[in-house]
Amino acid sequence: MTTAPTRPAAAQGSVGTAHTRVEGRDKVTGAARYAAEIPFTGLAHGWLVLSTVARGRIRAVDADAALALPGVLAVLHHGNAPRLVTDYVGMLGVPDPTAAVFQHDRVPHAGWPVALVVAETPEQAREAADTLAVRYDEEPHDIAFSAARPDAYPVDGYTPAVTEKGDVEAGLAASAVVVDEEYTTPEEHHSAMEPHAATARWDGGRLEVVDSNQGSTWVQSELAAMFALDPSAVRVVSEHVGGGFGSKGVRAQQVAAAMAASVLGRPVRVVLTRRQVFSLTGYRSPTAQRIRLGADAGGRLRVLEHRSWNQTSTVYEFVESSAGPARVLYDAEAHRTSQEVVRLDVPSPTWMRAPGEAPGSFALESAFDELAEKCGIDPIELRLRNEPETGPVSGLPFAGRNLAACFREGARRFGWAERDPRPGVRRDGRWLLGTGTAAASFPVGAGASTAALTAEADGTFTVRIAAADIGTGARTALTLVAADALGTAPERVRVRVGDSAFGSAWIAGGSMGTRSWSWAVTEAARELRERLALSGEIPPEGITVRSDTTEAIGALARKERHSFGAQFAEVAVDVATGEVRVRRMLGIFAAGRIVNPLTARSQLIGGMTWGISMALHEEAVRDRVTGAHYGADLAGYHVATHADVPRIEADWVDDTDPDDPVGIKGIGEVGIVGAAAAIANAVWHATGVRHRALPIRPDRVLTGGTAGV
Amino acid sequence: MREFGYHRAADVSGAVALLAADPDARFLGGGTNLVDLMKTGVERPARLVDVRDLPLDRIEPAGDGGLRIGATVTNSELAAHPEVRRRYPALAQAVLAGASGQLRNMATVGGNLLQRTRCGYFTDASKPCNKRVPGSGCPAIEGVHHNHAVLGASAHCVAVHPSDMGVALAAFDAVVSYETADGPGALPLADFYLPVGDTPHRETALPPGALITGVTLPPAPVAARSRYRKVRERASYAFAIGSVAAALDVADGVVREVRLAFGAVASRPWRARAAERALTGAPADADAFAAAADAELSAARPLPDNAYKVTLMRNLTVAVLTELAEEAAR
Repeated sequence: MTTAPTRPAAAQGSVGTAHTRVEGRDKVTGAARYAAEIPFTGLAHGWLVLSTVARGRIRAVDADAALALPGVLAVLHHGNAPRLVTDYVGMLGVPDPTAAVFQHDRVPHAGWPVALVVAETPEQAREAADTLAVRYDEEPHDIAFSAARPDAYPVDGYTPAVTEKGDVEAGLAASAVVVDEEYTTPEEHHSAMEPHAATARWDGGRLEVVDSNQGSTWVQSELAAMFALDPSAVRVVSEHVGGGFGSKGVRAQQVAAAMAASVLGRPVRVVLTRRQVFSLTGYRSPTAQRIRLGADAGGRLRVLEHRSWNQTSTVYEFVESSAGPARVLYDAEAHRTSQEVVRLDVPSPTWMRAPGEAPGSFALESAFDELAEKCGIDPIELRLRNEPETGPVSGLPFAGRNLAACFREGARRFGWAERDPRPGVRRDGRWLLGTGTAAASFPVGAGASTAALTAEADGTFTVRIAAADIGTGARTALTLVAADALGTAPERVRVRVGDSAFGSAWIAGGSMGTRSWSWAVTEAARELRERLALSGEIPPEGITVRSDTTEAIGALARKERHSFGAQFAEVAVDVATGEVRVRRMLGIFAAGRIVNPLTARSQLIGGMTWGISMALHEEAVRDRVTGAHYGADLAGYHVATHADVPRIEADWVDDTDPDDPVGIKGIGEVGIVGAAAAIANAVWHATGVRHRALPIRPDRVLTGGTAGV
Repeated sequence: MREFGYHRAADVSGAVALLAADPDARFLGGGTNLVDLMKTGVERPARLVDVRDLPLDRIEPAGDGGLRIGATVTNSELAAHPEVRRRYPALAQAVLAGASGQLRNMATVGGNLLQRTRCGYFTDASKPCNKRVPGSGCPAIEGVHHNHAVLGASAHCVAVHPSDMGVALAAFDAVVSYETADGPGALPLADFYLPVGDTPHRETALPPGALITGVTLPPAPVAARSRYRKVRERASYAFAIGSVAAALDVADGVVREVRLAFGAVASRPWRARAAERALTGAPADADAFAAAADAELSAARPLPDNAYKVTLMRNLTVAVLTELAEEAAR
């Protein structure tokens, strides 16, 4: 184990070449089994019952009628469920208690799990769940989120609540140009294709869970803590995952299944419906953001103030760190950011793809477009004039900041030089046309991980790592990384992921998965090559080495570490009907060394497509009267369809990270950052009207008009 | 979900008899709406009578240039039919504006007329809804009504009918044929859907247990120049927030005949007869088109969050009629 990262072997073949997914054939032929499809002998099926009131107490759960229905085996609720440990600190901090089901009679929001009905078939369980009589003592609820709430308060989340230098008011007074606007983004949901599902089975004192998650050792450690077990007594397997986007950690379904399996002494499966996914698995909080920019006539910032508010539940403090981009992208003499929360009778929000940066970049990069307009400066030139030397808040050096290169390459390929800056002057039939741009950034890092690598007697290699392939292509990326590190062909490497028995590893999250796991695989490969050089023949059981990157990652120097990007969009707007259509998008990213261009491009295009959804479609709506979601399904909650997604190009500039053994940064989230702002800026360029509230729905465009252009 | 029986009907009289014998039974067409509602507990039939195999799958000439469309014709077949596309292009366009390819392959004409509103209170059995549980209230009026009715609604229900196809059928004076245990009957589409009033749970004038057997389109030469345009919150696979089916016959710059129907503004496809009256004999220009739209929309009673629909329908009417007039002038 050394702390100095090993450099990638030069002129080696696999990393950087396009490779189809190693499990692709299994997925398209249906051979790949997902969590809810894996057969179990003696399986029983649990169905969650969620509260219909938004605040109050459960007065009674009358299970007699439900228990009398055909096939019904048990009804678990706060009155009879096993007790759990909830006062622990997990791998990612204090847990959201929403997963610790049936521990008390309080109902903190609509859609809170109040019971589990278990039956021989899912249909029987669902029918009994629909008829279960739960009576409540209802209390008045409060779901009204806004920035004007007097009970909002600053919270240190994963980043500080407040950063501050200089005098904002004095700076604004001295500025030739000022932008002072409020921006809002709505409640948004991950909407992974595969709903959450788990099957639990007890074998003596050991718990086994077949799951769909973003980190098997993470879920293992949380379940071990909750059920007061040694982690070695819990095994969590999650082989194929149909999307996660931040929502697939420990949730009600694993815990309820494990409880029911212990009560019944047989395996129990709990699968969430799409509507249950909406209320039980987290979401991106709505945000309200106020931005004040002060600049000289040449567009150089004197003041940058970014204040953000989000909602959280009454049981858990989650901060949507929307001030993130302001702390990285631009410096100013007076620089102030803050993140505050409002506690409401709503479900707990959580990380959702590019947490913080996605909504934060919408506000900041829209405000920058407004500043460019006021200064009469090209939006790209304005950003280039405000490139900081060091971290605006930290003062630390950047570990590679190739944002300017992204803008230059993007401008060249998008045809930005020919752009007429005047709004509202291009028309194609009933459509007004416009283009816009925005910057993107997302933090990168690495989490300590272990990997096992075996040289098999037949000359092949097996990697075992508790990585999660949530559709990103992680399995394939690690195959390429291992092949290069071993000096062999990808065909000779087998990568097994998604099993907590492989040892601790970082999650598929924070854009850190591939980097963290590749580091561990590279370390193991280096050690294995040394062992193989010394040993003669490989024994039948193979030769296995293990790596642990805790020390190496702990030794990384403190720097500003981020992926960057430049987003470009062209839109068409019919102001008579309010329709907005994106015609093309281009994203150029500086996101470290790209391991597999094929899947990396897919992931970046996927992020940009999320940006279209965020800009134009996505919005979860709560009913004021019941406090519950309205239209919580994929017919009511709109994501972009194929017809909404135009020609999207994603590409990158060379940006190898010198501090990473493979040169990786991270690409999971930067693709969505700035995309909504680029589209909103293009809508302004098309119509002359600034839309500061997402999504830019037809009724908003219709009401907004064309500002007389 | 509730367990249910399943029967595949072999002939119309057998299907009708099965339903007459069991008030808890429902006809199953493509199932694209009913099955969803069964999963969510909004519909809880004891028995499904599958009518897809009935010999009602033809599109045939009727009268002097009309068409008779069988009830089990799928949306895909209807939209692709050459005579539909030639004589009633707005109908083909309306069908193609709805749902997705997979759903259109399953969905039937009869089922399309009887599909239920997508109001989020109606489709969520945990919430009150006068249409689902009479007397339980209409939370949309105080709550979420962004995509609810601006015409013909009542204090008891403000839901909209979701059909695209029905909007074109309304413009073309379609007549719905049905069969009951007591024999056949027919209803003009104008009388097919009941006013909302204080009985929003009663949606159609069909007698209990009636099976829709087909839809007849009377001859309408004006329909040959017709158009359907739908505005929605994404480019595909979403219900309308406003739509217009229009047909226009212009001679010497004057409107000789016009057909106009609105979608997503009322509990039924909304035939815009006041607009048609205002426009017939008027000049075929944007001012007259706007005045005609206003004549219809003066009856609109929007709620706080759906007032945009009045502007939308006015703009959309002018845009579609202008396109048709320009086409006629070529």
